[in-house]
This record gives sequence, structure tokens and C-alpha cells, in this order.
Amino acid sequence: MAIPVFYSFRNLWTRKLTTVLTAAGMALVVFVFASVMMLAEGLRKTLIETGSYDNVVVIRKASQSEMQSGVDRTQASIVEAEPEIAIGDAGKPFLSKELVVIINLPKRGSDKPSNITIRGIGEFSLALRPQVKLMEGRMPRSGSSEIIAGESVAKRFRGAGIGEKIRFAMRDWSVVGIFDAGKTGYSSEIWGDVDQLMQAFRRPAYSSVLFKLRDSSEFQKIKERIEGDPRLTLEAKRETKYYEDQSEMMAKFLRILGISLTIIFSLGAMIGAMITMYAAVANRTAEIGTLRALGFQRRNILAAFLIESMLLGLSGGLIGLLFASFMQFITISTVNWQTFSELAFSFTLTSEIVIISLIFSLVMGFVGGVLPAVRASRMNIVEALRAT
Amino acid sequence: MILLKLLFKNAFRHKLRTSLTVLGITIAILAFGMLRTVVGAWYAGVEASSSTRLITRNAVSLVFFLPLSYKEKILQVPGVKEVGYSYWFGGVYISEKNFFPSFATEAKAALDLFPEFVLPESEKNAFLRDRKSAVVGRKTAKRFGWKKGDIVTLKGTIFPGNWEFVIRGIYRGAQKSTDETQFIFHWNYLNESLKKTAPYRADKVGWFLVGVKSPNVAADVAVAIDKMFKNSLAETITETEKAFQLSFISMTEAIVVVIQLVSIIVIIIIMVVMANTMAMTVRERTGEYAIMKTLGFGGWHMAGLIFGESLVIATLGSLLGIAFTFPAAKAFGDSLSQFFPVFVVSERTIYKDMAAGFIVAVVAAVFPIWRAIKLKVADGLRSIG
Repeated sequence: MAIPVFYSFRNLWTRKLTTVLTAAGMALVVFVFASVMMLAEGLRKTLIETGSYDNVVVIRKASQSEMQSGVDRTQASIVEAEPEIAIGDAGKPFLSKELVVIINLPKRGSDKPSNITIRGIGEFSLALRPQVKLMEGRMPRSGSSEIIAGESVAKRFRGAGIGEKIRFAMRDWSVVGIFDAGKTGYSSEIWGDVDQLMQAFRRPAYSSVLFKLRDSSEFQKIKERIEGDPRLTLEAKRETKYYEDQSEMMAKFLRILGISLTIIFSLGAMIGAMITMYAAVANRTAEIGTLRALGFQRRNILAAFLIESMLLGLSGGLIGLLFASFMQFITISTVNWQTFSELAFSFTLTSEIVIISLIFSLVMGFVGGVLPAVRASRMNIVEALRAT
Repeated sequence: MILLKLLFKNAFRHKLRTSLTVLGITIAILAFGMLRTVVGAWYAGVEASSSTRLITRNAVSLVFFLPLSYKEKILQVPGVKEVGYSYWFGGVYISEKNFFPSFATEAKAALDLFPEFVLPESEKNAFLRDRKSAVVGRKTAKRFGWKKGDIVTLKGTIFPGNWEFVIRGIYRGAQKSTDETQFIFHWNYLNESLKKTAPYRADKVGWFLVGVKSPNVAADVAVAIDKMFKNSLAETITETEKAFQLSFISMTEAIVVVIQLVSIIVIIIIMVVMANTMAMTVRERTGEYAIMKTLGFGGWHMAGLIFGESLVIATLGSLLGIAFTFPAAKAFGDSLSQFFPVFVVSERTIYKDMAAGFIVAVVAAVFPIWRAIKLKVADGLRSIG
């Protein structure tokens, strides 16, 4: 017959201080573990939502990002004439030739300058990105010094609110609209007419060409044609892949950070659990002897202590997750080293992370409890009964 | 002496538990030290910057260029000793994973302005004489097994094409904090080829390095340079090398804050584990404390014993942790030199380790001490642990 789970539970309840301390240690570990996973998930989500699978980005070969790339007007027109490009309004190709530059702007309040991406847009730029919506105001008129700002830019940078003016590239640009791009990378951008921006920044070439495929399966075909054309020095990538490549370094950094922190922290917490469980076993020697004398098997004792330790882990895990779920209100904004531009992403909790964290906390409890439980189960009945 | 012996005896009454606690503290202090070193590595560029060097860049942002003609104008500003210029080349060696910083620079000025890059005279001359040559830091050379005379091809990300270089020298850092991963080659080599392939990008530089005569005039020189180019097509921002490096770090501030936070959490975790150990210890000895009280020892005596024991355990763990930090930092720094070119455990980190260990000992002992002092003799004698 098994020892009831209630026994394990009551044991934890009796030694409140010790239980609370051990569980608190585990809760902190689970908190950090879950937070790092949430961060990585947030980054992934931002990237996935930023690109769409049917869109293709064309940049100069080996240039890694739009910012380093350059596509001159002739090359852009050659790409424009490809037959695989979908047809937009008025029979024009569903394509936009864009300029991407980075400038320093001071933040509101602190006045500290930070990098911000300026994107020169064409007629179809907005339509090519269904995740971007105009929230307030209107689109910039082509041929004018008007811009629209992403929501997070408008909030954080000086002069980027609607109706305000920003000065860069020796001109004053008036903000006529605010766009909402959800959690995508675009919310940290400023958009304006591409021809005006090229003039202002004295750039003779576009940065990239973005278009939608007529048929998603034709990607390989157009990729081979663009990359094989001797007149072009360009490469084509699906938009999703393009954004994934861009934050590879950041993702790798988060992964390394997450794994090393988790290992170190869980070692600490498991040692804590082990100390508690060894003490629990030592204090209850006589009790264990009695249980054995009553006829409970060695494996029942083993199970009872393991359950106790895993309950400890689980309660720690639940508390840790509770606090981690509050992290969802926090948005991290940092510079992506690869593109040198602002990247904002928030902690995202998914059911998968919840499950993994709980399993992780149970494993911590198990590993911490297994040695003490084995010791308890291997006690000699007579000696244990004699102990005080 | 007797007291210390008593503390040790007490601490190791439960060998297993104490060893586990010491191990826990060792791990925590090790982690704390490593995280602090990571933060330090973040600021390595700032530490290594010189106060007699200014950086002049395009006011719009670093990705915009400045015309080469500014060099002569900057040289006319009083207080300026020497002007060099560089481009961020962003070359890729075989695969993007093999990252190291690469710059196209005006070689002679660069070598003069960066005395901390130590290069034998013969290698220096060989580098200056050959336009296709490059100088590379010791760490990067070691990473790819490059030797003098090797031919290295980099793929340009900003400047398209494959670029071939001959390694003519391998530099060492004069200080521990000097970046030994850079790859430096002649700006002329890049420029000559740009003239042919992309004429509108030729004769431009990424930034000017301005060496000033003394740190005192640095601020005036910076203002004078920026004033000179005000309202031109390419306005400039001139700042000290330190401010320039700091502006990079402030962009990734969020990450530094997270790491600092995490390093505090690890200490809190171990504090909890340690407090647990002390609480258990004191609970088990309740009977003993009651007897001691009966014999006439005051509450503060017991406080001293408990605190001393806590301190013994924490100190042992901290010392072990500090000892392990050095080999760990070396291994970590070697494998991640692309993220952190400079990764050294600083003296300050060691002091912080010690402080953390002490705080853990104090906090862990507080609650048990309070319990021991409040203990009523009769209750204590009655307790069975």
C-alpha cells in the first residue's frame, strides 16, 4: 500500500520556514528560466510577424541587411519587370523600391540619442505589409517633406508625435500620421516618401526592393533568375527568412545566456532542495522506522519522499511562473548589432513555456530529492526505530 | 583561536549539509563573478579609450560618410596634433559566424594614434610599404591560425566583392584591456578600387580620428571642429573616444541592466539556500542553546556563535568561488571572443564577490539569531528538534 500524498504535504506544512525558503529559491530559478524563454519567444514572435512568407526582399549580394545594401535604379527596374510579381492596383506590379537609412535622434525626456530607422516608401509599401496600419492622421503625400512615425517611435523620440516636426538631413519633416505595427520591427521606424528621402540624404541608389509573389511556389524560380542575371548583383530572400537571418546573433546571444543561467541557477536551487530533504529525512528517522515497521515497503518510503520533494519543486515553479507572467507588461528595446537599428520586443508567455517551466521545476525537485529519498528508503528498521 | 575552532567544529557537524551549502555558495559566487565580468567586458572599449583621441563622425549617424577633404581643415584647428581616418569595412571571413571587426584606415596615422597596438618595427615597416597588406590582432590570428605572409580573403558586406589581403603583422595589446581582435588594412587599397567600381563612394571616410595635444584642449577642439562644418552638406559630431564608445553601450543598455539584475538574483537565491541551512542548524540545536542559556551565556554570545558559523561557511564558499572564477573566465573568454574581445576578471569584481559573500552570511544569520535570542529556556529544554 502506498503512503498517502497527504503525508508528504503535511510534512512540508509543518516545517513552514524551511519549506518557504526552499520553494522561494526554486521560484526564483523558475522565474529566471521562464523569463529568458519568454524573451526568446518574444523576439521570435516579433520577427515572424515582421515578415510575410509570400513577400520577397531583394538586396545586394552578401550585404546581410537593407542598411548595408544598395540597389541602383537600373537594377531595380529590371527586377520590377519580372513576371512572377503579383499585380497590384491599376495594373502596376505589386512592388516597392525602398530606401533604408539610420539616423540618430534624441529620446524624449533623457535627450540621449539612439539609432532609428528611416524608410523611404513607395505606393505599395503599406499594402505589402498587412500587419502595419495607419492609426492616426494620414499617409505622407508623395513629393512632400512629410513623414509618418511608428507608434513606439512617436512615444519615445522627441518631435516624433503627430503634428510635431523633426529635423534631419537639413530639412524639417512634419509628422502627419502615426502607424501601428503591432509587435513587429516596423514600430521602431519612420516612413516617408522614398524620392524625397533619397534627395535629402543624397543617396543615388535604393536599399532594397520588396514585392509579393504572384504564386508562392514560384519563389525558387525568380530567386534563380535574379541571382543568375549578369546585369544584377542582387540576391532574393523570402521576407520571413530575411528577418530571421538578421537577428541570428541576438537569438544566439539569448540562447547562450538562457542556457548558462538556467544551468547555474538550477544547480543552486537543487542544492537547496537537497539540503532541505536531507534534513527532512534526518529529522524523521524514527518516523521512517515506524512506517517500515508498520509494513510499508522501501519503495513506498522512496515514493513519499520523492513526492514531497517534487511538491516542493512544483510550488516553487508555480510561484515563479506567477511572477514571470507579470513580465509580459515589460518591453525591452535594444539595438540589434547586425542591423544597428532599434529592436523592441516584449516577454511573451505561451502555454508551451508554462508546461516546460513546470516540468523543469518538477525535475529540479526530483533531482534534489532523489539522494535523500534513497537514503530514507535504505534505513535499517531497528536502527531507525532506536534513533531519537 | 579556540572560538574559531569551535565555529569550524559547529559548521562541520553536518558534513554533508555544510559541504552542499559551501558548494552552492561557490557556484553562486562563481556565477556572480562571471556576470560582473560580462558587464565589465561590455564596457571594455570605454576603459581602453584614450582621453587624447577624438572621433569626428557624420552628425546624421555612423552609416553616413564624410568627405576626405575635411582632413586638411581639421588639421588647421589649433590643438590638433594628428588626424587619421577609417571606414568600418565589415568583412566576412568564410562565414558570418567568424566575426571580427575590420577597418580600412590611414595606416600611418592609425599606428601613431594607437600606441597601445604594439607591433615590432620590422612588421610596421612591412605593413606601411605594402598597400595590400593588413595587420591583425593576436587573438584573431590565433583563432584562424594566420601567420605573417598568409593571404586572407574577406567578403565585403558594405563594399561588394572579394578582397585579398596579405598579413604583414600581428599586433599585441599594451594593456590587458586592449582589443586584440581587430583587422586593419589600408584605406587606400579600398579607395582605389572604389574609384573604379563605385566612384560616388570614393574619397569618403567613415570617421576621423583626431589626436589632440593634451586632454585639456579636447573639449575646445571638438567644439571648433563641429562649428567649422556647421550648415555644410555633412555636418559633424565630434566627441571623445570615451563618449563615442559609451553611446554604443547606451544603445544596448537594456541588456546590461538585465545581466546586472540577474547577477543580483543569483545572490538572492543563494542567500535563501544559506538562510535555510542556518535555520535548520539552529532549530536542531535549540536544546543546546537552552542549556547554554541556563549556564549563564547571554543571548549575544549565541548570536556571535551563529553569525560566526554562517561567516565560516560563506567565506569558504566565496574563496572557492573566486578561485574558480579565473579559469572559468579564461575558458569563457576564449570561446566567446567574437562577442567579448576583452574578457578579464577585474579587481573590483573580486571585491564585489567578497562583499556579496559577507552579505549572504549576515542575512542568513539574522533570522536564526533572532530566534536563538528570543528562546525561552524552558521551551528550549523541552524541544526535541
